[in-house]
Amino acid sequence: MEQLHFHFVGQQTPGDFMPILVGVVGSGNLEVMLEPSADSPECRVDITTSARGFAPIWAAVLQDFHERHGLAGISISINDMGATPAVVSLRLDQAAAELSSGTGITS
Amino acid sequence: MNAPERVWNQQAQSRARRLARAVAALGNGLRGKRLAPEDVTKLLTAVLEPGDRVCLEGNNQKQADFLARALTQLDPAQVHDLHMVQSVLALPEHLDLFELGIASKLDFSFSGPQSARLAKLVSAGQIQIGAIHTYLELFSRYFVDLTPRVSLVCAQSADAHGNLYTGANTEDTPAIVEATAFKSGIVIVQVNELVDAVPRVDIPGDWVDFVILAPKPNLIEPLFTRDPAQISEIQVLMAMMAIKGIYAEYGVQRLNHGIGFDTAAIELLLPTYAESLGLKGKICKHWALNPHPALIPAIEAGWVESVHSFGSELGMENYIKARPDVFFTGADGSMRSNRALCQAAGHYACDMFIGSTLQIDLNGHSSTATLGRIAGFGGAPNMGADARGRRHATPAWLKAGAQARQGRSGVWAMPRGQKLVVQIVETFREHMQPAFVEKLDAWQLAEQAHMEIPPVMIYGDDVTHILTEEGIANLLLCRTDEEREQAIRGVAGYTPVGLARNKRMVENLRDRGVIQRAEDIGVDKRDATRSLLAARTMRDLVRASGGLYDPPKRFRNW
Amino acid sequence: MNRSFAESTARARVAHLLDADSFQEILGPAERVVSPHLALLGVPSSFDDGVVIGSGTLAGQAVLIAAQEGEFMGGGVGEVHGAKLVGLFKRALRLQPAAVIVLAESGGVRLHEANAGLIAVSEVMRALLDARAHGIPVIMLIGGDNGCFGGMGLIARCADHVVMSDIGRLAMSGPEVIESSNGVEEFDSRDRALVWRTTGGKHRFLIGDCDVLVEDDVAAFRSAAIGLLGQSIPLNLATMEAEHALLSDRLTQYGDCRDALDIWRRAGVPDPALVADLEASEMQALKTRKPKELA
Repeated sequence: MEQLHFHFVGQQTPGDFMPILVGVVGSGNLEVMLEPSADSPECRVDITTSARGFAPIWAAVLQDFHERHGLAGISISINDMGATPAVVSLRLDQAAAELSSGTGITS
Repeated sequence: MNAPERVWNQQAQSRARRLARAVAALGNGLRGKRLAPEDVTKLLTAVLEPGDRVCLEGNNQKQADFLARALTQLDPAQVHDLHMVQSVLALPEHLDLFELGIASKLDFSFSGPQSARLAKLVSAGQIQIGAIHTYLELFSRYFVDLTPRVSLVCAQSADAHGNLYTGANTEDTPAIVEATAFKSGIVIVQVNELVDAVPRVDIPGDWVDFVILAPKPNLIEPLFTRDPAQISEIQVLMAMMAIKGIYAEYGVQRLNHGIGFDTAAIELLLPTYAESLGLKGKICKHWALNPHPALIPAIEAGWVESVHSFGSELGMENYIKARPDVFFTGADGSMRSNRALCQAAGHYACDMFIGSTLQIDLNGHSSTATLGRIAGFGGAPNMGADARGRRHATPAWLKAGAQARQGRSGVWAMPRGQKLVVQIVETFREHMQPAFVEKLDAWQLAEQAHMEIPPVMIYGDDVTHILTEEGIANLLLCRTDEEREQAIRGVAGYTPVGLARNKRMVENLRDRGVIQRAEDIGVDKRDATRSLLAARTMRDLVRASGGLYDPPKRFRNW
Repeated sequence: MNRSFAESTARARVAHLLDADSFQEILGPAERVVSPHLALLGVPSSFDDGVVIGSGTLAGQAVLIAAQEGEFMGGGVGEVHGAKLVGLFKRALRLQPAAVIVLAESGGVRLHEANAGLIAVSEVMRALLDARAHGIPVIMLIGGDNGCFGGMGLIARCADHVVMSDIGRLAMSGPEVIESSNGVEEFDSRDRALVWRTTGGKHRFLIGDCDVLVEDDVAAFRSAAIGLLGQSIPLNLATMEAEHALLSDRLTQYGDCRDALDIWRRAGVPDPALVADLEASEMQALKTRKPKELA
């Protein structure tokens, strides 16, 4: 397993919100949890993944996610079991969409 | 002069000798054309000679499995160095022949289930491969330089005269038997039943020499069934892009789908997503296609006018019988498939092929070759190639051809159409294997297996579009090698090939419409959910068919 | 609109089963009460250890609910996962809900956690029976693709009521285990029709291990659960002896049958071969078993 950490500086601060969870830790899948991080202006990302050696790809995927949404004051935690970048991007976007619609943990 | 006259009927004389040997060996065991399964070894030993070219019906779906096993039981001291010509290596027996020293040379098209073992036998020097072909190409050679001397085929039933009923799984049989029977060859068939009258004559008895009632019905594999429950959201997204970005854009009315979950998703999106775009009647009327269960909802919703098939699909028989306006069916009610003619239909009478692959390089060359396996091609090279002999025009064909020729001069200035050949593939496959590579494994495989050229399934200059979850690259609009390379990198996502893109060039290609992202086509990724599928389970397909579709046991979960 | 129960995640099942917005999660993912074992084995954990628990209302009545996520470790019961279930049943003693509803989808003990998993399963059984002994109905909803097997299958049959769809399966030993122990002639695990005939919701319904058979639709499971609220079956000597008599009868009547088709035929089902393709509503007509006695 590998643990990866990334930080981004964003502009869109969602303020306080109920934690958001999307996805499931199954083969080829991942869960993404969003929590408010009011004391920090950053978007921090913590990843635990069963697939080793893909740090550059995670960096590229997260960089693009950051360019799409520019989130700040938020903490993203991921448990991953070998999801492809396509699925990772999808879950991240789904989580960001829940953030804008304010529904909390539903799926 | 005393020079001997040339004998002009040597093949007929050879045939007569072989038949005489068979009659002598079988004695009372031969009643008309029929013999008992216990006598098959005697028959084969009598009619075969060392070095003979033998066609064994290893089709895609059906297998002459009894005859395959019988071949392996021959004495290699008497029957050896056979040259096997067959479409598909499906059964272990097909390769046992080579290990046993009964056969030594092979020409074929596809070997999916046996690909790893085939590679081992080739490197151990136990098989000499003549060539790997696409199906129609192999059938063509049966009439030129690979004519079988003896053909071992399978049919559902035979009457006393040897008339054969092959029914829905007619597949390769007519092509094989015609080539063999009309060049003084010998045709031996295994059947599932002996009847007084066949429901319809698929192969005339005149073309058949020996009929054996096999102890068990011949094997048929359901290769074209895809469980909708396994279609992912990513595949739904790609299917939406295909429908809006290509099918609608070019007005594709006549097409073939290579089998896969990606294309199954497209089939299941027709009655829902494509319907919402107002595309019914504008796309997908005529198909060269095996009877995919996933097409049932679209057929029921009135999208499909005709389907001609290469072979049948287990479980679809009653549904096909109940839809004779759509499928090609005989007076007896059951389907008639024909691989050779369906391959011709797919080549000349379809405006688009779309299918998946394992690897694509920077020129767009597409290959399913992997190290340690010799899998061959099946029908893809034929379906996934521009039909340069074609002359009739359709809007889709003209538009593709015009895009390829826009702004070009010299030989390219002559107006001409082009077939749409779309490769649909996720950027990463299982185990995070990238689908986009700098160099295809096919090069290494060619070296390992002593092939003259790398085994490419679809050549880059035939590919017109590459569609991934990242978007569509339209290669018709590329004018230089560099543009083509960057267009491919531009849809290769986070693979090493994709990450090495020239960002500025890719942006420019996007501005020109050479690369289109989902949002450029008007596809919202948030809409790409499984609830868009017209059927999400096998059970849904059964219900959509009104209970007519009867899935094989392995697909049940209720 | 039909929402497939089988296709929904555990969270989605809970959200759409209960009254809208009534669910309050206990020990949610943000609290990170995760498995203490999996990381040591190089296996990713899940923030909720594969089970969602909490409180909510169903048709306005207070309930406690647990839903196992079949996609995570096959729904296997690990130490934390089991402890969450135990805690839920213990809370039921305090809250006295109209029912504890368990959406079971599990292969049984999570083998990675070995003895901790085994102990967890037995503790869940004890806690469940304790809740029942206090008159709190326990309802099992089984409809996931992974079925309800192993120790979780045993737990399911300790409940007051079992609701299944025909996609759901309920048994102890899994099909592959039976085949590898007893050979393919005894049980071909790749014969999926056979597997579902033997362990699927339809068979369980006909033979009496499942009380209600519903469509693969979250709304159908919801209706069935509502219908069973407050219906506790007493755990006393009489009901235990009745259960034993029922099981003994079953053995006498069907013990020599080789296949579920034989059982159904003997039970008086007119066309056993057609059962596999019947809808849930059509199955009701076939059921001849007496309804269980209510508290």
